[in-house]
Amino acid sequence: MKKQYPKPKLVPVPSTNIIPERDIGQSPVLECRHLGIDFGGLSAVKDFNMAIGRTEIAGLIGPNGAGKTTVFNLLTKVYQPTRGTILLDGMDTHSMTTAQVSRAGIARTFQNIRLFDKLTVEENVKVGLHNQTPYSAWSGVLRLPSYWKQERAAHESAMELLSIFDMQDMADYKAGSLPYGAQRRLEIVRALATNPSLLLLDEPAAGMNPSETAELMDNIVKIRDTFQIAIMLIEHDMNLVMGICEGICVLNFGRIIAKGTPEEIQANPAVIEAYLGKRKEEK
Amino acid sequence: MRSYIKNMKTAAKVDYATYLGVILAFVVVSACQSAGLLSRSVTGMLVPICCYVCMAVSLNLTVGILGELSLGHAGFMSVGAFSGIITAMSLQSAIPNDLARMVLALVVGAFFAAIVGFIVGIPVLRLRGDYLAIVTLAFGEIIRDIINCLLVGWDENGLHIALNIDGTKSIASLGLSENGVEIIKGAQGASGNTRIATFTMGFVLVMITLIVVLNLVRSRTGRAVMAIRDNRIAAESVGINVTKYKLIAFVTSASLAGAAGALFGLNYSSVSAAQFDFNQSILVLVYVVLGGLGNIWGSIVATVVLYVLPEALREFNDLRMLVYAIVLILVMLITNNPTLRSLLETAGKKFRRGKSREGGVQG
Amino acid sequence: MEFLSYLINGVSLGSIYAIIALGYTMVYGIAKMLNFAHGDVIMVGAYVSFYTTSFAANSLLGENPSALASAGATLLSVLAAMAVCTVLGVIIEGLAYRPLRQAGSLAVLITAIGVSYFLQNGAQLLFGANPVNFTPVISGQLTLFSGRLRISYVALLTVAACIVIMLALTAFTSRSKMGKAMRACSEDRGAAQLMGINVNRTISMTFAIGSALAAIAGVLLCSYSPVLKPTTGSMPGIKAFTAAVFGGIGSIPGAFLGGILLGIIEAMAQAYISTQLSNSILFAVLIVVLLVKPSGLLGKYVPEKV
Repeated sequence: MKKQYPKPKLVPVPSTNIIPERDIGQSPVLECRHLGIDFGGLSAVKDFNMAIGRTEIAGLIGPNGAGKTTVFNLLTKVYQPTRGTILLDGMDTHSMTTAQVSRAGIARTFQNIRLFDKLTVEENVKVGLHNQTPYSAWSGVLRLPSYWKQERAAHESAMELLSIFDMQDMADYKAGSLPYGAQRRLEIVRALATNPSLLLLDEPAAGMNPSETAELMDNIVKIRDTFQIAIMLIEHDMNLVMGICEGICVLNFGRIIAKGTPEEIQANPAVIEAYLGKRKEEK
Repeated sequence: MRSYIKNMKTAAKVDYATYLGVILAFVVVSACQSAGLLSRSVTGMLVPICCYVCMAVSLNLTVGILGELSLGHAGFMSVGAFSGIITAMSLQSAIPNDLARMVLALVVGAFFAAIVGFIVGIPVLRLRGDYLAIVTLAFGEIIRDIINCLLVGWDENGLHIALNIDGTKSIASLGLSENGVEIIKGAQGASGNTRIATFTMGFVLVMITLIVVLNLVRSRTGRAVMAIRDNRIAAESVGINVTKYKLIAFVTSASLAGAAGALFGLNYSSVSAAQFDFNQSILVLVYVVLGGLGNIWGSIVATVVLYVLPEALREFNDLRMLVYAIVLILVMLITNNPTLRSLLETAGKKFRRGKSREGGVQG
Repeated sequence: MEFLSYLINGVSLGSIYAIIALGYTMVYGIAKMLNFAHGDVIMVGAYVSFYTTSFAANSLLGENPSALASAGATLLSVLAAMAVCTVLGVIIEGLAYRPLRQAGSLAVLITAIGVSYFLQNGAQLLFGANPVNFTPVISGQLTLFSGRLRISYVALLTVAACIVIMLALTAFTSRSKMGKAMRACSEDRGAAQLMGINVNRTISMTFAIGSALAAIAGVLLCSYSPVLKPTTGSMPGIKAFTAAVFGGIGSIPGAFLGGILLGIIEAMAQAYISTQLSNSILFAVLIVVLLVKPSGLLGKYVPEKV
């Protein structure tokens, strides 16, 4: 007599991931599954699941110390995840370095601005164009035709990229000498120069006044529309987040506590609790 | 033409001015030399100055452009010097033409220094800051110690190489045939070399070094290296392979130092490993820092001035190195202390104003 | 037995390195600078001790001084060396390094090199370039196992001095008010200043302690190998710096451990492998250790925050 093994009923896997409807025809640009990292016993990020649509502007918010920047560092492989997978265009980034992830299509800016201070604005952008100007060190030293040709092309694309923020006039200034707002914008230009499919912005509006922030919001949307890329941003300015983000993910103590549209997030009690604290039980 | 110059970036202008300055200096000095205006001691300094200029410019690539403190640059110079001497001495009969032999020796020197630079660079460039500095120092000393033990000779059977590790071997243990040449004799170094280095070759080497370094800096490679210097994490985030570009800069720097070393070695009838010690590395570092980090023409000027200064101070005799030390400290204090610098600037202004007032009274 | 005597030799040589390295590491930890002139302070200390001893022998003590009197003279010479070096260290710090507090680390390094040249050439002018023969502070040796093992009293004294100094420094930095101020300065100079710590005085104090240690090291070094010339300090200085890095620069127990290990490695390499290559072997071990532990044996690795 044949032994009977138990056969469970098969059901579709529930995915908690959400992306904008217009991107549903294409695979998500980024998908994180059960992503997590421990720092000496402390889980800084736990079970992080998220998908970003091809042309989505996604927001990552949460109180200070929630682990938002850590997520960015995991995505760009500044830290190696302890658990979970990151799929970039469906490709596992497991064995990649930061530089390889960048070449594969993730670009980022930093919370505390990281420019190449002693290089000029144009050179900063050209460093971003590094992998699109592939002439060898030899042709650089001997100034072979490929050097002249690609340098000219790099100069033109650098100027074009700088024109997004009307920064062409600053091309010859040292990056370190720029005012704060311009430095933030230059970081975005440099990140765009790497020709990414996903752009990560870490607090792009930090230190900006309301009119600068409004301009920045226009520019972020313009960048998405022109380059047809996905953008994920960390931001504390709720006007910006609720204004331009399509999908929002709320992080608290390294864990996702809510996902949804701006309206859903604003009405979510868990989010309100995380930001404002729990209301005392009234008896 | 004028509009072409106008449209050039400042950096490019400075580069061309540097080339022009070096060429002018060469022309003037050569003219003086052929007119017999230069004393023997000055003529003797010409080739070493060219070597040290190359050393300083190449070290500036590591310290100023890559931003890593290297305290072992003399080690690469030493590798270049001895491999150059071996090449030149063993090919004496095969290539009787001095110039061809010298060029070949320089290429071999640069090649071996590049290999050593690569071997040293792989572990060294993983470290940061002062740890990196101490390890370059350590490698410099190791290279010196190994060359101190090296015995090399040449005869019709080819090169004979031995390492005198336990102190029992001598040049005789190589078993050279009667018409063999003893090239490197352990701690005594190489002696009895034919001096084939010329000032013209020194000038050519300086120009090559300048072209390599300046063109590298103005290319994507140089931008990548400087990006790593300014912010390693940001450089990685835009897709730059940090290890690769650090190594390119380090190995280029080492090979240029090797070529300079080869020329240096061929300029003296005897050279020993002890000459390329830690103090030699420091000497070149002083040139680089005083000339300005990342400032190539600054390195050239600082090298020439600081090389000539102790000679010029000869009349102080015993005091000259003491004066040199004091000058060094004072220059560092004046250029780096904000109070002293502003004091100096106001003094300069007052002096100028005073002068113009004098002129006014006279008029 | 042969091995044991090499080992003891190594430990005592290592103790000298450790004493120098303690000075290096303290200055580095608090002033965040590589004081390349530290090795030359050792040399100055040794010269002061040498001249004090010969002055005492010529004019203070008679033809046949009592044991107590010569011991007193030796002690006096060590104290004189310490006093001179302390003052020297404070003066160097005040004149050459303090004006560069805000400058880049390379500018300070080059200045330190300038100071090192200055001390070496100054010593050459004052004391002459020819080496002098240093009289060890104590002579004689301990004979064990019916003469098969000899340990010089200098070696014993060195090891004892090193341990005492290490313990005293550890206690000083962890217990005393000044020691706490030093640790605060080493963590964050700006914050320390805001908490009312006089940073300049604290750094001066560090140089004073480091230089006094250098003086002791100088006397012991020259008792160990009695040739004294203006460049005597430079190689031990570099090796002690290596020892400090080896153990984890900025860490007091690290400098101690690094110094002792370096001394043992050097003694063993000289005895069993090659005298010519002993320095190379020592540096090679350093390189390997740093590749495995990039911040030295006891150093803390601080990753860059993104």
